[in-house]
Amino acid sequence: MAIDAAMLLVVLVLAVQMWLLTATLESYLAGHHGVALPALLSSLALFGVCGLLYRLVLRIDAMKDQSPESQPSSEGPWRIGG
Amino acid sequence: MDPKDGSSTTPVWAEEFSVHAGEDAYVQRRQFTKFLVLTSFGMVAGNGWIWLKALTAKERSEWPQIAVAKVSDVQPGTVRFFAYPAETDPCILVRRISGEFTAFSQKCTHLSCAVYYAAERDRLECPCHEGYFSAADGRVLQGPPPRPLPQVTLEQRGDEVLAVGMSAHGAGE
Repeated sequence: MAIDAAMLLVVLVLAVQMWLLTATLESYLAGHHGVALPALLSSLALFGVCGLLYRLVLRIDAMKDQSPESQPSSEGPWRIGG
Repeated sequence: MDPKDGSSTTPVWAEEFSVHAGEDAYVQRRQFTKFLVLTSFGMVAGNGWIWLKALTAKERSEWPQIAVAKVSDVQPGTVRFFAYPAETDPCILVRRISGEFTAFSQKCTHLSCAVYYAAERDRLECPCHEGYFSAADGRVLQGPPPRPLPQVTLEQRGDEVLAVGMSAHGAGE
């Protein structure tokens, strides 16, 4: 659930970055060169947020992999019980 | 049989014979998130490229001066086509009904279709997506174009109309 929420946030941040890129390009083509640097800094900040969320996903996945339930039994999958 | 180096608690058979083989075809969540983060970096790279272009762009200090047409050859309500500042930049000279000369880049700012002058409505029109521009200053009157048409600065010397510069900002700037 936490991983799904993190992934959703990453998708939202990506959508904002896409809008930022297209808006910056439009402004540049219109001759407004002053928006380039603030847009780049904003995009970097958003990328930083994505990176933090990715680290969160990795951490949660690692915790899940190390939990006892995720370890396979050494007795083999074909052993039903007993 | 457990691995001898003790680096993993997973038995060798579980590593080599995964009962979850069918799920291997699916992308893991971490792989998908990694892909999204790389795409985010691509966006940053795009913004970085725009910034570099803005840094290296120079305001043009000298524009070429070219004779576009003779005043007597262009009647009110008619146009002439020419290239300015380079041969690859199509432009349109408009003599409006009032007799005033204006000139603009002929490339629509939406998707670069060639605009034409509709004399009965005194405006420049794009046939592709019905974008309309003012024939006075190139500003957008209607439609999807996001920016005004770049305007060519004209000078009249005697009977000749010359193009002497260009404004990338279009109308009013």
